[in-house]
Amino acid sequence: MKRRKIDVRALPAKAGNEVEDRLGVATPLRSIINKVFPDHWSFLLGEIALFSFIVLLLTGTFLTLFFEPSLKEVTYDGSYAPLRGVHMSAAYASSLDLSFDVRGGLIMRQMHHWSALVFMAAIIVHMLRIFFTGAFRKPREVNWIIGSLLFWVGFLAGFTGYSLPDDALSGTGLRIASAIMLSIPLIGTWLTSSIFNGEFPGDIIISRFFIAHVLLIPALLVALISVHLALVFKQKHTQWPGPGRTNTNVVGERFFPRYTIKQAGFFMAVAGVIALLAGAMQINPIWLFGPYEAGVVSAASQPDWYVMFLDGSTRLMPAWQINIGIGNGYVIPPIFWPTVVLPGILVGLSTMYPFVEARLNKDNKIHNLLQRPRDVPQRTAVGVMAVTFFLVLTLSGGNDVIADKFNISLNAMTWAGRIGLLILPPLFYWVAYRICLGLQQHDREVLAHGVETGIIRRAPDGRFYEVHQPLSTDHKELEYAGWVVPKKMNRLGALGPAVKGFFKPIERPAEAPVSPGHPPVEAPPERREIESKH
Amino acid sequence: MTVQTTGDNGNGHRSPVPEEIDYDDPRTTRFEKVKAAARQDGVEIVHYEPQFPAGGSKTEKRMTRTVSLMFLLVGLFGTAFVVLYIVWPWRWEQGDTLMRWYTPLLGITLGLAFLFLAFAILTWGKKLLPREVSIQDRHDGGAPEGDRRAVGQTLAYMVEELGVKRRPLLGLAAAAGLAPVAVVVGAPIVGGLIKNPHADNQMFTTGWAPIAEPDGSTRLVRLTRDDGTPIRPADVSAGGQMTVFPGIPEGATNVHADSPTLLIHLRPEDAAVARANNVKGTGHDKFSRADFMYGDYIAYSKICTHAGCPASLYEQQTNRLLCPCHQSQFLITDNAKPVFGPASRSLPQLPIDVDDEGYLVAKSDYQATVGPDFWERP
Repeated sequence: MKRRKIDVRALPAKAGNEVEDRLGVATPLRSIINKVFPDHWSFLLGEIALFSFIVLLLTGTFLTLFFEPSLKEVTYDGSYAPLRGVHMSAAYASSLDLSFDVRGGLIMRQMHHWSALVFMAAIIVHMLRIFFTGAFRKPREVNWIIGSLLFWVGFLAGFTGYSLPDDALSGTGLRIASAIMLSIPLIGTWLTSSIFNGEFPGDIIISRFFIAHVLLIPALLVALISVHLALVFKQKHTQWPGPGRTNTNVVGERFFPRYTIKQAGFFMAVAGVIALLAGAMQINPIWLFGPYEAGVVSAASQPDWYVMFLDGSTRLMPAWQINIGIGNGYVIPPIFWPTVVLPGILVGLSTMYPFVEARLNKDNKIHNLLQRPRDVPQRTAVGVMAVTFFLVLTLSGGNDVIADKFNISLNAMTWAGRIGLLILPPLFYWVAYRICLGLQQHDREVLAHGVETGIIRRAPDGRFYEVHQPLSTDHKELEYAGWVVPKKMNRLGALGPAVKGFFKPIERPAEAPVSPGHPPVEAPPERREIESKH
Repeated sequence: MTVQTTGDNGNGHRSPVPEEIDYDDPRTTRFEKVKAAARQDGVEIVHYEPQFPAGGSKTEKRMTRTVSLMFLLVGLFGTAFVVLYIVWPWRWEQGDTLMRWYTPLLGITLGLAFLFLAFAILTWGKKLLPREVSIQDRHDGGAPEGDRRAVGQTLAYMVEELGVKRRPLLGLAAAAGLAPVAVVVGAPIVGGLIKNPHADNQMFTTGWAPIAEPDGSTRLVRLTRDDGTPIRPADVSAGGQMTVFPGIPEGATNVHADSPTLLIHLRPEDAAVARANNVKGTGHDKFSRADFMYGDYIAYSKICTHAGCPASLYEQQTNRLLCPCHQSQFLITDNAKPVFGPASRSLPQLPIDVDDEGYLVAKSDYQATVGPDFWERP
C-alpha cells in the first residue's frame, strides 16, 4: 500500500476546514476573539467574586467526599485526643475527621471558608463600584437586580454551609435562625417546624441544609452567574469617558490574547491569595468550640462577617413587643423587625433603585459611559449613607468584643449603635454631598485657570500670587468632559515622572526642575515654559 | 515591526463595509489580514505597538528572564507542596510539634506557586505582548422599528391562530385541567415537608413535665447534671450557679433543647428580694410565683426568650444574667425580667423543691413558654 504524503504545514488549515464544514464555528469564534473590552482596575472587582466562586466549587466538591450530613449521635474516636469519647453528631465527627484524619483536609476546609468570605466581600465591593459609577443605568438594570440577588443567594449559601459542621458556634447560629423564622406572624411556627421537621433542632436539618448547600443553592448561583456574564457579554462592558470614547463605542483591547492572559493571571492571583490566607490564618477552628449543645455558648460569638450586620441590627433593636389582644392574644416579637423586615426592605430598595433614579431624573436614555461619583452628588451621598448604615450595623454585631477590648460599657456600645444608626447616615450623606460639590468645583477651577504650579511670584506692587499652568493653549476655559482633570504638573509632563524601582532606582532620575529663584539661562528645551497672565 | 496607527480619529467615522482583502496575496502582511478580519466584527485596531520594536533589547531580555524565572519558581513551590504533602508529619499530636506546621506550609507553598504563576502570566501579557487600542461599535437599542413590527405581527398571529379568543371553551378547559397539575407538582413538596408545630403541645412543654407512672401516680423530674447525676442543694455554694437538665432519658441532649436550666444559689439577702418579687410577679406576666424557689435556690430557663441562645453569663454582683448573643440582660432577683437589650419577655422560672431523698426536683413544668417568642403564644 502506498503511503500518502502528509503536508504537516497544511494540517491546521485542513483540520480547521473539516471542523468548520461540520460545526460552522468560525464566525462566532472570530467575533469572540475580536470582542473589545475596556480596561480599568475597577472592572476586575466582579472577577474576584467569579474566581473565588470557582475555588469554592472545587474545594467544596472535595469536602463532600468526606462529610457525613447526619445528626445521628456517635462517639468520637478520631485523632484529636481532647474530644475522644465525646458524644456528638456524625456531622461534627466527620468535620473533625476532615480536619485531622484526612491528609490535607484542613487546608481544603480553610480554603473553602476563606473563599466564601472573599466571595461575599467581592460581591459587595463590586456592587459599590457599579452603584457609585452609575453602571446600573439603562440598559443594565436586569444585571443589577441579578447582582443584588446574588448577594442574598450567596448569603444563604454561606449560612447553610456554616451550619453544616454542627459545632457549638454554628449550632447557636442555627438556633437564632429558627428563632427568626418563629417570629414571623401567622406562619412562624408552621414554617419552623416544617423546616426542622418538628421542634428545634430535630434530626434532619443538617441533611436538608446539606442538599441545599451542595445542590440547590449552587445550581441557582451557577444559573444566576451565567446569565450575569452572558448579559455583560451581550450588552458590552461600560467604559469611562475619555479621548475617543463615546456612548456608542467600546475602546479597549480585544479579548485575545492580552485581555484573556490578564484574566488568567488574575484568577491565579485570587487563588493564590486564598491559599495563603487558608494556610497562614486559621479560620473556624471547630474543634475548639466542641459539639453543639443547646445549653452551651461562649462570649464573643460572632458569625461570618457578611451576617454581622443582621446580628448588629438584632442587638440594637429595642425590646418592642407588639401584643394583639384578640382571643388568647397574639405576639409579634421584637426580633421580627431587624431580621425579617429589614432584609426585606433592603432587597426591595436595592433592586428598585435603578428604576427610582431613572424616574426621578426622567431618564430613559441608554448609558454606556460611566459617571465619576463626584458628578452625581445625590447618588454618591445616598450610597455613602447606605454604607454608613451597613457599617454601624456590622460594628454593632461585634459590640461586645469592642466593649471588652476597649473597656467600654456594653450598654453604652448598644446605645451608641442605636443613636449612631439614626444620626450617622444622614450626617455622612451631607458630608459626602459637600465633598462631591467641592471636588466638582475644583475640577472647574483647574479647567478655567490651570494647574497650581507651586511657584509663588511677587508682583511689582508687592502682591504675591501662585503661577498657574493653563490647560488650554489659548487661555480659554475648557469644558468638563466627565473624566479626570490633571491637577499636578507631572501629569502634564512638566516634571519628570516618578523614578521607577522598588528597592533601588532602576533608571536615572529625571533632571530636577529648576527653582524660579535662580532663573536658568535658558529653559530646558523639551519643556514648555510656565507662565500665566493672572 | 513598527508602530501601526491608522488615520482613524476614533470617533467612529469608519466605512461600514469592510474592504475586501485577498488572504492569499503575499504582499499584504498577516497583521493587515488580522485587521481586516477585525473590521468584519466592527472592530478597528487603531493602535498596535510592540513593546520592543527593535528586538533583542536589554530590557526585553531582562523581562524574558524574569518571566522564565517566575515559571521556574512555580515549579519549585509546586514541587515543595507535593513533597511536604507526602513527607511532613500530619497526624494530630499533643503539644507543639512539627504537625502544627503542616497546614500552614501547604497553604504557603500552594499560595506562592499560584501567585508566581499569576505574576508570570501577567508580566508576560503586560510587558511582552504588544499594547493595543481597539475600537468596537456598540449596537445598542435592539432591532430597528421594522424588525420589531415583524416579530410583533408574527407573535400576534400565533396567538390568533391558537384561537382561544374564538373558542373560549378551549382556554377555560385548559386552565381547569392544568391547575390540578400545578397542585400535583407542589403537593408532595408542601405536603411532605409540612409538620404541625402544635402536635403533642410541643411548643409549650419541656422535659421537666412530671412523668405519668403506669400506676396512675406522677413522678417529679429531678434536676441533674449533664452526666445524669442528681443534685443536692449543698452541691451549689452561695452565689454559685449550675446548668441543670431534666433527669429523664436523653434529658441533657439536644432532644430536649428547651430544657437546659440555670440553678442559682442566691445569697440570703438577694434571695429575700427575689422571693418578695416572686410573689408580686412582673411585667406582662403578673401571675404569682410564690413557692417557686426552694430556700435560697432559684431556677430559670437558660434558653433566652429573644433568640434561643443560652443566657448563661451570670454576673454575681448585680444579679444579672447576660445572653452573649445579643446582650439581653435579665434581673435574677426580679423574676428574671429583661432590663436591657432586645429581649422583651422574662425568663421562665422553674418551680423547684427537694424530694424524699434530698435531691432537687421540678415541682411542675415551666408555667410560661420557654424559648424564643412566636405569634400564637398566649
